[in-house]
Amino acid sequence: MIRRFAPAAALFALVFFPSGCARRNAPSAPAGAAPSRQVLRAGNGTEPQDLDPQAVTGVPEGRILTSLFEGLVDEDPRDLQPGPGLAESWDISPDGLVYTFHLRDRLRWSNGDPITADDFISSYRRMLTPAFAAPDAYKLYNYVVGADEYYHGGLADFSRVGFRAVDSRTLQVTLKSPTPFLLKLIASSYSWYAVPVKVIARYGSLDRKNTAWTRAGNLVGNGPFVLKEWRQNQIIAVERNPFYWDAANVKLDRIEFYATEDLAAEEHMFRAGQLDVTYMLPLAKIDVYRREHPDELHIDPWLGLYYYRCNVDRPPLNDKRVRRALALAIDRESLVKDVLRGGETPAYAVSNPSNAGYTPRAQLSGGVAEAKRLLAEAGYPGGRGLPPVEILYNTLESHRQIAETIQQMWLKNLGVAATLRNEEWKVYLDAERTGNYQIARAGWIADFADPHAFLENWVAGNGNNETHWSSPEYDRLFHAALTARTEADRYEDYQKMDAILVDECPVIPIYYYTRVYARSQRVKGWWANPRDEHPWKYVYLE
Amino acid sequence: MIRFILRRILEAVPVMLIIITGTFFMQRFVPGGPFTAERAVTPEVQRNLDAYYHLSDPLWKQYVDYLRDLTPKAFHPSALEQGLDLKAAFGIDFRPSFKYPNRTVNEIIAEKLPVSLELGFFSLSVALVLGLTLGVFAAVKRNTWIDYLCSGIAMTGICVPTFVLGPLLVLSFAIHLHWFSASGWYVPADAVLPCLTLGSVYAAYIARLTRGGLLEVLGQDYIRTARAKGASEARIVFRHALRGGLLPVVSFLGPATAGILTGSFVIETIFQIPGLGREFVNSATNRDYTMVLGTVILYAALIIVMNLVVDVIQVWLNPKLKFE
Repeated sequence: MIRRFAPAAALFALVFFPSGCARRNAPSAPAGAAPSRQVLRAGNGTEPQDLDPQAVTGVPEGRILTSLFEGLVDEDPRDLQPGPGLAESWDISPDGLVYTFHLRDRLRWSNGDPITADDFISSYRRMLTPAFAAPDAYKLYNYVVGADEYYHGGLADFSRVGFRAVDSRTLQVTLKSPTPFLLKLIASSYSWYAVPVKVIARYGSLDRKNTAWTRAGNLVGNGPFVLKEWRQNQIIAVERNPFYWDAANVKLDRIEFYATEDLAAEEHMFRAGQLDVTYMLPLAKIDVYRREHPDELHIDPWLGLYYYRCNVDRPPLNDKRVRRALALAIDRESLVKDVLRGGETPAYAVSNPSNAGYTPRAQLSGGVAEAKRLLAEAGYPGGRGLPPVEILYNTLESHRQIAETIQQMWLKNLGVAATLRNEEWKVYLDAERTGNYQIARAGWIADFADPHAFLENWVAGNGNNETHWSSPEYDRLFHAALTARTEADRYEDYQKMDAILVDECPVIPIYYYTRVYARSQRVKGWWANPRDEHPWKYVYLE
Repeated sequence: MIRFILRRILEAVPVMLIIITGTFFMQRFVPGGPFTAERAVTPEVQRNLDAYYHLSDPLWKQYVDYLRDLTPKAFHPSALEQGLDLKAAFGIDFRPSFKYPNRTVNEIIAEKLPVSLELGFFSLSVALVLGLTLGVFAAVKRNTWIDYLCSGIAMTGICVPTFVLGPLLVLSFAIHLHWFSASGWYVPADAVLPCLTLGSVYAAYIARLTRGGLLEVLGQDYIRTARAKGASEARIVFRHALRGGLLPVVSFLGPATAGILTGSFVIETIFQIPGLGREFVNSATNRDYTMVLGTVILYAALIIVMNLVVDVIQVWLNPKLKFE
């Protein structure tokens, strides 16, 4: 019988043949490497889409890119103020339109080549090439003079875009209009990094995304670390860059980023000692950590807002009294304390209070009594006669819990019976884009620590508005803020914009996010800040 | 037999074409696309992205272009020794992924499929060894405590889903005993927990099928004859009964192999294994059109091949069946 089985076994082996020849490599550094080497192992959420700073947009990408590249300006992790990065200083013209950056002396790429102002210009040119289709190109063309025209094909001559290399160490950027937060934008956005254009050109056309320049061994950067290893959906390892200008102050020898999209699995890795810091922590584990590992649990404020957006084209949400009533009838304290339990802050306004010294004065106030009065005034006393209201959310346990809680609160406090609609992520996004919703759950994380990064969303025509709401006064204030003479004047305009949002309620703020994660006590040089920015050059292990 | 196999392969061509066409058009009718993200891109950027990926072409043209890239254009099986590069070996080009712009679907498959196959192969081995042992013991010691114990274990295996068993094993053997890593796929020991988890469910089914099949055969006349001629119990079970008793198991192995390969998604997620099952499921949520097609085509081909293998084995095992 065994002989009769042999051909079958052979066939079977043939099907599985690749498994025989694909031995997996042993890890380059086993878990818990020798204590003399400083190796940080960090959970990184999902796998980065790519490591080309000009081709990607996400947060998991950003965490790795900040180890491989450095911007002209860098964020101080303690107070998020922009400080020197590759540029050691800069001048701003009195009209706020021309920024002149002075690069440090003897800057080098990780392959030893010198970094010059021309490198920045050729990088920005690649970023703005229409055929390259950089998803974040607007982060340049919204601000820089001529960039818009170049990106849209109206201007063929890149030398007329507002970038100029005065000499090899001086880069001049000319803006369309004063942009008071430009330094913060540059410090927080990898779209403004210089990329090694000469190296990229070696692997193919500059306007192609599918070239091999970002592979381990090929990628050349200018940050504190260089890419050593990249196994997709497994591990990305970076090691010290000897050519980095501040290499002497970099403390870690190696960082291993693990693709950890499953939160429970990531937490297991942390407890088994395979990770020093996690990307996130499952909600269900927060209480356990509070009880058993309080020193490893970290709950940091985060520049983000969880809110419901109202489609103001759909009755009854076209009536601002109804929107306000719904906003006032939510007991946020109870929601945060009993349902979420992750130390979140109830939100009574749109702008985040931990935002660069700006706290919105206007707050939703009046509570349930005022909500009832507004609803009655709108013609629906006790919720009678109110057209049906539907809450749309994407598939996630916590979104469902929040929607159900709010549904109960509206029913109890206002007599409004809302229905719930759950959709898969992209279907939900599509419904929002096409206006096929009444109320939809939404979230926003600010790109940089400035009220602008929240408030720009509700300007007419902004792609992230999606409420169909607009206000000429709001738009006027938005533009006035950009040309305000002082920071105080600018913030005063933002106060008025926040007041309009609280009055009209095109969006219903619910709570301000927190970052919840686990971190070993060995990890030092890590400051809690609302941008969740932890520059790797300061981090070390004890 | 050669004719039988050739005919089945020819029959597979229209089947594959239907699968490819169905998948290609169905995914385009699903709301959202590869670039739908929480943060809206500006219309100009969207236009440029569509142009870059040829999404602005008419759908029929995209379909024809895709089919052209997909058609095998070469035959160099020796290239497979360097790795699973279907483009080098057969000229089959699955195109770049939308989600990972600098990787091609060919490349991702070449990297991930071996991992899934390895996981599947060891899981299936676990399932067969465990399942056959339990099943044979249960059948031979019918209605004794051994039978009840083995059947009980099998029943438990069927009832406990992998997403419960996996974390339980991790909790005991990785977090408390520190024998294995909680997740990852770096050293051979990392395969133990995931293969046990994935294998045990199938082991349970195999045990029940073996027991049932074997019991039926053991009641037959030729077994009584063998017994009357004084054959030992071991000889009766392994030499005479098992061959017929395994028939239900073999027909189960076709779908089971397919299930293990495509269903390894949960295991690959729980244990953070860089296999193709994860890419397969995530590509659908990412609307990564080329990745969806690439994995669907690959799995469809695997299932067709596995079913063919099972049919061939069945004819070997059962002389009553013929190739036709």
